[in-house]
Amino acid sequence: MDCDEAQGLLHGYVDDELDVVSSRALTQHLQACPACTQAYENQRALRTALRTSALYCTPPPSLLKQVRATVRRASRADTRPMRWTWGGLSVAVAMAFVVLLVGSGGLIHRRSPIDEHVLQDVMAGHVRSLMVNHLTDVLSADQHTVKPWFEGHVDFAPPVPDLTAQGFPLIGGRLDYLDDRPVAALVYKRQQHVINLFVWPAPSGAARPESAVTRHGYNLVQWTSAGMTYWAISTLNAPEMEAFAHGVQQHTTPPSAPKSRGRDAG
Amino acid sequence: MVGIKVCLPQSLSQRMVHRRRRPGRVWGAPCVRYPQQSTGSGGKGDLVHAHTTRARFEQCIMPHLAAAYNLARWLTRHEQDAEDVVQEAYLRAYKFFGNFHGGDSRAWLLTIVRHTCYTWLRQNRAHELTAEFDETLHDVVRADVNPETLLLHDAQQQLLRQALEALPVAFREVVIMRDLEGLSYKDIASITDLPVGTVMSRLARARTRLQQYVTTHLHTEAKRGL
Repeated sequence: MDCDEAQGLLHGYVDDELDVVSSRALTQHLQACPACTQAYENQRALRTALRTSALYCTPPPSLLKQVRATVRRASRADTRPMRWTWGGLSVAVAMAFVVLLVGSGGLIHRRSPIDEHVLQDVMAGHVRSLMVNHLTDVLSADQHTVKPWFEGHVDFAPPVPDLTAQGFPLIGGRLDYLDDRPVAALVYKRQQHVINLFVWPAPSGAARPESAVTRHGYNLVQWTSAGMTYWAISTLNAPEMEAFAHGVQQHTTPPSAPKSRGRDAG
Repeated sequence: MVGIKVCLPQSLSQRMVHRRRRPGRVWGAPCVRYPQQSTGSGGKGDLVHAHTTRARFEQCIMPHLAAAYNLARWLTRHEQDAEDVVQEAYLRAYKFFGNFHGGDSRAWLLTIVRHTCYTWLRQNRAHELTAEFDETLHDVVRADVNPETLLLHDAQQQLLRQALEALPVAFREVVIMRDLEGLSYKDIASITDLPVGTVMSRLARARTRLQQYVTTHLHTEAKRGL
């Protein structure tokens, strides 16, 4: 064993995490090498200092009480599923609406290669944005205000198309968290319908044509172009959502790229 | 209507907290099953079940409050923020508790605490997550093979604290988990969703940096003393 190898194994040795063979080999090396022995002693000194010094942060006594109270509240909420908050009530109303839609044969489902996890996240993000009164972080109809706001809030620059001419005025933008990462949420409106357009860099970067899906009364359209993944969600009807998606694509697809067109399977 | 009332908030909350399961991760992405789920609609059964769940939670998870706070305090580097994160993490832990089927409850809780910390950091101090380890500085130390034995005593506690706080969060967390919390490499790998080899190499780099920080400051102080 040479010194480089020994240095690489030193921490595992100090932590007693090496297998028997490596451990024995390192012991032999240390007996013959003063420099590595010194490094070993230093690491042991550091470890002892870390363990014995008052670096461990103990919680204030009040925290235990607070956490217990939080858990107790959560536990009580569990036993009272009938008790409603305004947020819950609005969901019930929305779902009653879904039942109506389904009952009247209004359910359109187009099968598509959609990631179910992301879809659930997108729906949760949309519902949450309307439930907790946190629709926008930056409230502006001006794309030149909304776009720069995202700098410093996300590590990419989402395109913020102006779709006023197509009948989808911009309301603002918001930071959201989907698919295990922060994403940009752009908020548009059509009459009283709120459209959340979630944008984040596509993992693979390959362009993907749009897929539409209806779930729980929400119409969702998803596509990937120019390295960005887009998810649009709203209670608008499917043709209007398609029009919205096309509007966004016209502003965001590079002119040279072939235009993504809908894939209809339903 | 009853069906809607009972099922909906649960399924929606599930979506809101759902994170995709990553391969190799044991506890990181709990697929939510609420503690009350098995008992069906509200009533006496629910009440009893909630009490038993809470008693089990109190017994298994509550004793790790200090570990949870210590990790949160070192990751957020702020007392009040750490308290907020711990509250949130415990709430999540309670909701996900149906998913905990025994095993190391401390590692299970710390996975949730760490996840909550990272979410908090992303929302409040995203720049800290992108801070990189300065490799050039690191190389200097490796070349300079420990000229003398490090002597640390109580007076240098403050120095160690500063050194730890100066580490990028991905390196700080492994030192906290190993040296302050005493977790095994395997547990740390499970909590951080990293291979054991990466845990070991991060520990090595982090500790070398700590040692360098302390040595440099001790030398400066010694010179000032002369």
